[in-house]
Amino acid sequence: MSVTYIIRRVLFLFLVVWVAATIIFFIPRLSSRNPIRERFAELARSGGFSAQNLEQIVGAYNKQFGLDKPLIEQYFNYIGQLARGDLGPSLFRYPKPVIELVMDALPWTIGLLLTTTVLSFILGNLIGALASWPRSPGWVKGIMGPIMMLQGIPPYLLGLLLLFYVGYRLQLLPLGGAYTKGTFPNMSISFILDVAKHQILPALSLILATTGFWALGMRGMGVTIQGEDYVNFAEHKGLSPGRIFSGYYVRNALLPQVTGLALSFSGVVVSGGLIENLYGLPGVGSVLGQAIVANDYFVIYGITIFLILAVAIFMLIVDLIYPLLDPRIRY
Amino acid sequence: MATTSPAINPVSAPNSMVQMPSRGVLFARYLRRNKSLAIGIFIVLFLILFTVIGSATLNTVKLAYPLAVKPKQPPDLACLFDPTKSVGKGCFPLGSDFYGRDLLATMVRGIWQTAVIGVMAGAIGTAIGVILGFISAFYGGVVDTIIKGVCQVLQPIPVFLIQVLVASSIDKRYVTIYAMALIICLLAWPGPTLVVRSQVLSMKERMFVSVARLSGMTNIEIVFKEILPNLLPFIAASFVGQVFGAIFASFGLSVLGLGPLREPLIGNTLYFSQYQAALFNNWWWWPLWPTLALILIFGSLTLINVGLDEVANPRLRRSE
Repeated sequence: MSVTYIIRRVLFLFLVVWVAATIIFFIPRLSSRNPIRERFAELARSGGFSAQNLEQIVGAYNKQFGLDKPLIEQYFNYIGQLARGDLGPSLFRYPKPVIELVMDALPWTIGLLLTTTVLSFILGNLIGALASWPRSPGWVKGIMGPIMMLQGIPPYLLGLLLLFYVGYRLQLLPLGGAYTKGTFPNMSISFILDVAKHQILPALSLILATTGFWALGMRGMGVTIQGEDYVNFAEHKGLSPGRIFSGYYVRNALLPQVTGLALSFSGVVVSGGLIENLYGLPGVGSVLGQAIVANDYFVIYGITIFLILAVAIFMLIVDLIYPLLDPRIRY
Repeated sequence: MATTSPAINPVSAPNSMVQMPSRGVLFARYLRRNKSLAIGIFIVLFLILFTVIGSATLNTVKLAYPLAVKPKQPPDLACLFDPTKSVGKGCFPLGSDFYGRDLLATMVRGIWQTAVIGVMAGAIGTAIGVILGFISAFYGGVVDTIIKGVCQVLQPIPVFLIQVLVASSIDKRYVTIYAMALIICLLAWPGPTLVVRSQVLSMKERMFVSVARLSGMTNIEIVFKEILPNLLPFIAASFVGQVFGAIFASFGLSVLGLGPLREPLIGNTLYFSQYQAALFNNWWWWPLWPTLALILIFGSLTLINVGLDEVANPRLRRSE
C-alpha cells in the first residue's frame, strides 16, 4: 500500500472533519437563539435577580467568549480551538470544559459499543452464513425469520420493551444506571460483576437489533458465492464441508461485510447514544441527552464534532486494514 | 391446452385459447412466492386502513390533543361494543394518557403524521438523489467531479447528529411536521445520488444507449425512455430505504424531545411517557401502543425491503 494513498486518505479525513465543523459552526449562528442569553434568562427566572443588568452580564460573557467579534474572526478562532482540542466550556456544568465531560463519559460508551458491535458482527455473520449453507440444520434457517423482523425495530424500542418486561415486571435485571447506587467505583471483582450485570439489558437490545442486519447481508452474499466456480471446484476436490465453509465461503463473503461495518459506525454511535439515554448509563449519549434538555449548546456542538471525528477515524482505520484482508486490493 | 391436430396452422388458431393472465393475477402469484413482500404489503395496508377508518370515524383533531378526555384511564376494549358509550365520551378502547389524550385517536393521527413525514422526506430525498445522480453521470467532467466529491465528503458524517443540531437550533415555534420533514431530507441525498450515479454510469456504456443515440433520439428522450425504466427497481428500493430512514430519524428526533411537541407523533408519545415515568407509575398501556405501532411500521418496511431484495439479486429467488 503506497504512502501516497495513506496521505490522501488522511487528508480526506481532515476534509470531512473540517466540512462538518464548518456546518456545525454556521447552523446555530444562522438561528436567532443566543445560548448565553437564554442561560442567563433561565437563571434569572429561577434565581430572581432583575433583568436590567442582564444585558451587561450577557455583554461581558459575550466579550469573554469572543462572540461579539465579526463572524469570520469567530470562525478562525473556532477552527484554531478545534485544532488544539479545545471544545469550549460547558454551560450547564460551567466552567467544566466540554472535552473533560466527554472524556469522563467515553469509557462507558466505548465499553458498550465495542462489545456489542463485535459480538453482533460475529454472531450475525455466523448465523447468516449458516442460514444460506445448504447443509445446515433446519432450525438455523428458521431463525432467520424472527431475526429479520427484529432487525427492523430500532434498538431503542427493544430496549424499552426489555426494560419493562425483564426489568420491571420480572425484576430479573436492574432497571438502569451503570452500577448500584451508593457503591463507589473501584477495581474489585464484585464491582466489575455489578457493572456487567447492569450492562446486560442495554447490550442485549443493541445486539438483538443489529445482528439481523449482518445476518441478512451475509445470507445475500452467501447465496451469490455458492454459485461461484471455486466453491464448486473445492467440493469436487473433496475438501471437507467445514473447510469449504470456513476457508472458501465465509472468508470471501466477509469482505463486503467489513465495508458495511465501516459504513455502519455512524448508525451504531447514534443507536448507542439513544440506548444510553434510555438506561441512564453515564456515556456520551446520556451527556448529549442531558445537554439537549438543558439547552446547553456548547456541549451539543462539542459532542457532535467529537462523534463525527471518532466515526471518521474509525472509517479510516477500517479502510487501511482492508488490504490486509484482501491481498488482491492494490491502492 | 388446445387439442389440435398436428397440421393446425398457428396463424389461424383462435387466440382466445391460451391467454396470459391479467396483471393482478400475476402479481398475486408473485406474492405467493415472495412471502416477505406479501406480509410487508399486508401490514402496510392494514395500517393504512386503520388510519383512514380511524380518521373518518373519530374526531382526531380534538381527541388526539391534551385535555380532551379523562386522563390516565386503562384500556377497555369491550366498550367498543357497548352502544351507550362512544369513543371520547367515556369509552377508552386503548386507554388515555396523563395529559388527557385518547390513545386510539393519538395512534390514528400519529401514524398518519409519521407516514406523512416519512413519505415526504423520503420522496424529496430520493428525487434530489435521482436528479443529481443523473446530471452527474450524464454530463460528466467538472460537474461530475464536483457532485461526486461533495457527496463523498458528506457521506461519512452521521446525519442524525446534524439533524439534532438543526432541530435544537430552531426556535421551537417553527418546528412543525413539515419543518421536521425538511430537516430530515436536508442531508439525506448523498447516498441515493452516489447509487444512482454509479448505475447510470454503467448503463451509459451499454449497447442500447449507443443504438438509441444512433437512431436519432435526443438526450432527453434517451434518459426518459431507455435509462429511467431500467433504473426503476433501484429507485423503488432506494425510496423504501429513504422512507425507512426518514421515519427512523423523525422517531429519533421526537424521542429526544426535539420534534413538534404538541403533535401526537409516535416518538412524542414515547417521549412524554418517559417524561412522566409511565412504566413506573403502572400506566403500562401508554408506551405500549406506540411501541407496537412502530414495530409494525418498521417491520413492514424491512420486509418490503427484503422482498425487493429478490428483485435486485436474482439468485435469491425461489421457484414456486
